[in-house]
Amino acid sequence: MRGYLIGFLLLSIVTLLKGGIVEVCSRCEANTLQAAYDQASPFDTLLIKKGTYTTVGFEIRKPITIIGEVGAVLDGKGENYILKILSDEVHVFDLKLINAGRSYTKDYAAIYISRSSHFSIVRNTIIDPFFGVLIEKSHHGLIAENKVESDRIREDDSGNGVHAWHSSNLMIRGNELSGLRDGVYLEFVNESTVSGNNSHNNIRYGLHFMFSNHDKYLDNTFRENGAGVAVMFSKFIEMKRNRFVQNWGTASYGLLLKEIYDAEVVDNTFEENTIGIFIEGCTRVNYLSNDFKRNGWAIKVSGGSYTNVFSKNNFLSNSFDVSYNSKMNDNKFEGNYWSSYAGYDLDKNGVGDVPYRPVKLFSYVVNKTPETIILLRSLFVDIINFSERVSPVFTPDNLVDNAPAMKSFSYDQN
Amino acid sequence: MLKILKYSFADLARSRWSYVYFGFYLLLGFVLLFLNNDLSKAVITLMNVIVVLTPMIGTIFGIMYFYSAREFTELLLSQPIKRRDIFLGQYLGIALSLSLSLVVGLGIPFIIYGVAQSSEIWDFALLLLVGAFLTFIFVALSVNISLRNENKVKGFGYAILLWLFMAVIYDGLFLISLIMFDDYPLDKFTLFASMFNPIDLSRILVLLKLDISALLGYTGALFQNFFGNGSGMIISLLVLTLWAILPIGLLIRTAKRKDF
Amino acid sequence: MIRIENLYKRFGRLQVLEGVNFQIEEQGVVAVLGPNGSGKTTILKTILGMVLPQEGEIYFDNQPVLNNWDYRNRIGYMPQIARFPDNLTVRELIEMIKNIRDVDANEHALIERFGLESSMDKKLGQLSGGTKQKVNIVLTFMFDSPLLILDEPTAGLDPVSLIRLKALIQEEKEKGKTFLITTHIMSLVEELSDQIVFLLEGQIFFQGSVQELKDQTGQKNLEHSIAKILESDA
Repeated sequence: MRGYLIGFLLLSIVTLLKGGIVEVCSRCEANTLQAAYDQASPFDTLLIKKGTYTTVGFEIRKPITIIGEVGAVLDGKGENYILKILSDEVHVFDLKLINAGRSYTKDYAAIYISRSSHFSIVRNTIIDPFFGVLIEKSHHGLIAENKVESDRIREDDSGNGVHAWHSSNLMIRGNELSGLRDGVYLEFVNESTVSGNNSHNNIRYGLHFMFSNHDKYLDNTFRENGAGVAVMFSKFIEMKRNRFVQNWGTASYGLLLKEIYDAEVVDNTFEENTIGIFIEGCTRVNYLSNDFKRNGWAIKVSGGSYTNVFSKNNFLSNSFDVSYNSKMNDNKFEGNYWSSYAGYDLDKNGVGDVPYRPVKLFSYVVNKTPETIILLRSLFVDIINFSERVSPVFTPDNLVDNAPAMKSFSYDQN
Repeated sequence: MLKILKYSFADLARSRWSYVYFGFYLLLGFVLLFLNNDLSKAVITLMNVIVVLTPMIGTIFGIMYFYSAREFTELLLSQPIKRRDIFLGQYLGIALSLSLSLVVGLGIPFIIYGVAQSSEIWDFALLLLVGAFLTFIFVALSVNISLRNENKVKGFGYAILLWLFMAVIYDGLFLISLIMFDDYPLDKFTLFASMFNPIDLSRILVLLKLDISALLGYTGALFQNFFGNGSGMIISLLVLTLWAILPIGLLIRTAKRKDF
Repeated sequence: MIRIENLYKRFGRLQVLEGVNFQIEEQGVVAVLGPNGSGKTTILKTILGMVLPQEGEIYFDNQPVLNNWDYRNRIGYMPQIARFPDNLTVRELIEMIKNIRDVDANEHALIERFGLESSMDKKLGQLSGGTKQKVNIVLTFMFDSPLLILDEPTAGLDPVSLIRLKALIQEEKEKGKTFLITTHIMSLVEELSDQIVFLLEGQIFFQGSVQELKDQTGQKNLEHSIAKILESDA
C-alpha cells in the first residue's frame, strides 16, 4: 500500500517536473476546466482550486494531470459524462464529481476512459453516478482509493462502480464502492489485480467478472450485496484473503463460481451468507484454508464440477456444510475441520478416526421442497440425517472427508 | 397466591430432582464450552438440547408434582384460599423453579466463559427465554393432563405421548405432508402449521438468530417477510405467549370445576 | 350453623347424593354415619367446597358456601389420609398454614400434647403415617375454629394418641365447638357423639341422638342398630 503511495507521489512529482501548472479557480485566468485545458501543453498539470465547476462531457485528448484541491468539485449537471479520458498518460487526483448523467440508452459515467494506457484515477469521490469509472479497451491503469457511492434501489436505474471492458493490466485497489448495481464489473479484463476494495450494499454484485483470465482478487471485502460476488467463465483466477459477509437473499451468494477453470480460492472468509460458495461447472479449483462461518449453505455444488479440492477449510456452524444436487461426486474433501463432526480421535493424531459425511439428507429434502427449511435442526430431521449417515441412500456415498481435523485451523488472516 | 407459590417453590427448591436438573445444565454448560472452546457451536448444540429437553422435563415434573401433591392440594383446598390461587401458585412454583434451574445452570458456565462480552449474548439470552417459555407451556399442559386424569399411570402416559408428539411425531407428519404436497404453494401452510407446535415455534425463534442466512434462501414472499424483518420474531413470541396463557387459563378453569 | 338444602351430587354415572337436606343448629359432636359409598366424605367435602354439587345449596352461618372461600377461616378440616409435601419440615408446614390463615394459633400446646417436638425439623417425607396423622391433628386443631370436620380421624393412630385425641375433642366440645365426624369405630360414636346423621342411598335416613336411633331400631347396641337398618334395607 505504502509503496504504491510513494510511487504515486513520485509519479506526480515527475509529471509536475515535466510540465507546467495551470491553476483553475473562479477568479483565475482559467476559470473553467476547458479554458485551463486549452492553455495547457501535454504533461502539464491542471490544479483545481476550491469551488464547483460545471463540467459536462469534458474530453481529454492529450496527456495531462488533473489535481483537485480540497473542495474542488466537478458538476456534470446531470447531462452527460463528466470527464472523458481519450488519451494515454492521463492522471486524475482528489476530485469530487457530482451529477453525472443518467440514461437508459447510453452508459454515462462520471469518469470515462477509452483506449488509454498508463492512466490513473486516484482518491476521487464520485457521488450518485450512473457508472462511476467506466474503462474501455485500456491498459496499465490504476484505479485506487476512490469512493463511489450511490443509493439506488433498482437494477436498471443504476450502473457499476468500476466497470472495465476489454482491458488489461489494471490495478483496482482500495476503493470503496456502495449502493451501485455492481461494485466492480470486469469483462474481458486480463492480467489485472483487484485488491483491498470494500464493496458493500450494492444492488446486485459486489464484484462481477466474466471472461477475465489470469486475474488476482486479494484482500477485498464484499458485504451485504444483493447477490454477493459472481465470477463466471474465467480461467487462472487467484482469490485470496477476501471477506464475503452477510450476502443474504434467495439468489445471493458469498461467491458464485460458474464455469471457472484452474483457480485458487485460498484464505478467504465466508461469513453469514445465504450460500457461501455456489459452484457450477467448475473444474480444477482448489479451495484451501478458507473459513466458512454460519452460512446457510457453506458450499453448494451444482452439476458438472470435477476434480475440485477442498482442504484445510474451517466449516463453522453453518446450517448446511455441503449440498449436492446429484449423487455423483468427483471432488475431493479432505482434512477439513467440520464443527458438526462428532467423531473421536483415539490415536491423538489430530485427525478424526471416523470419516465425516458433510452432505446431509435434509439438504436434499430442502432442495426439493424449500419450505421444509422450517424444520431445520428439529429432532425429527436429526433422526433422518442420522439414519442417512449410517447408510447413505440419497447422498453421494463417496463424498466423505476421510481425515476430518479435530481442531479448527487458525488462520487469523483478518 | 404468592404464599402458595413461595411454599411450592421452596418445596421444589429442596427436591433432589431440582438439583439433578440444575446440575445437568451446569455440567452441560461447562462441558460444551470448555471442551469445544467455541461459543457459537455451544449455542447451537444447546439449542438442540433445550428445544427437546425443557418440554420433556417440564412435562414430567409437572405431572409428577401434581400427582404427588394431590393430598397436600386437598389440605390447601380446605383452607381459606381461592382455588385459582392454589393452582396458579403451585403451577408457577414448578415452572419458576425449573426455569431457574435452566437459567442459572446454564448462566453460570456461560458467564464465566464470558458470553456477556461476546456477540453471542443475544442468541444465548434468546435460548434461555425460549427454554423458559417451553417450561411454562409444558408444565401447564401436563398439569392439565394430571387434573383430567385420576389414574396416574394413564396421565403419565398421556403426558409422555404429548411430549413425543410435539417433539418428534408432529415434525415427522409435517415434513411428510410438505413433501407430499410440494406441487402446491406451501408457505402459508408451513407458517401456519409451525404455530401449532410450541416446540417448532421456539425452534424457529432460535433459527431466526442462528440460521437466518439459510432461512433467507427461500423464495416465497411470505417467508421473506416473516424471516426478513422483525415480524417473524414478534409473531413467534406472541404466539408462544398465547401458548403459555391458554393452557394456564384452561388449567384454572379445570381446577375450578373439579371435585377433590 | 350449617344448613344443607336439596344437595345432589353425581360422579360420572354414579349418583352419590340424591337430595340431601339437614341442618345442624346446636353445638356438639355430630357423627356422619352410613355404609361405604353412601356419600359421607362427599358431604363433608361439599361443605368445604372441595366437591362441587350439581344442585343444592349449603349455608354456613346463613351465608352460602358455594363459590366462596373465606368462610373456611372458621372451619378446621382433618382429611382421611395425611400426605404433605415431602420436602417441607413439620415446622415449615405449620408455619405455612398459619401464614395462610393469618390468625392466632396455639400449636405449641398441641405439639407438646402429641409429642411432636422431636419431629419438628424433620422433613415430612421422612415421617411415619402415624406421625403424619398427628401433624394433621395439630393443623386441624391449632386454630380456634367454631366448626371442625374430621374424616376418619382415628386412622393410623396409636392407642395413646387416640385417647389424647378423644380427650381433645371432648375439651373442644366443652368450649362450644361443633364437630362433624365420620368414622367406622362405633365405640367412638357412642362415646363422643351427641347426634347422628345416617346416610343411606344418597339421602338422610336418620337424624337424631344415639338413644333415639337405638329406640327406633329396638336394639340395645349402636352397632346392631346400624346393622338392622342395613339389613332391612337389603
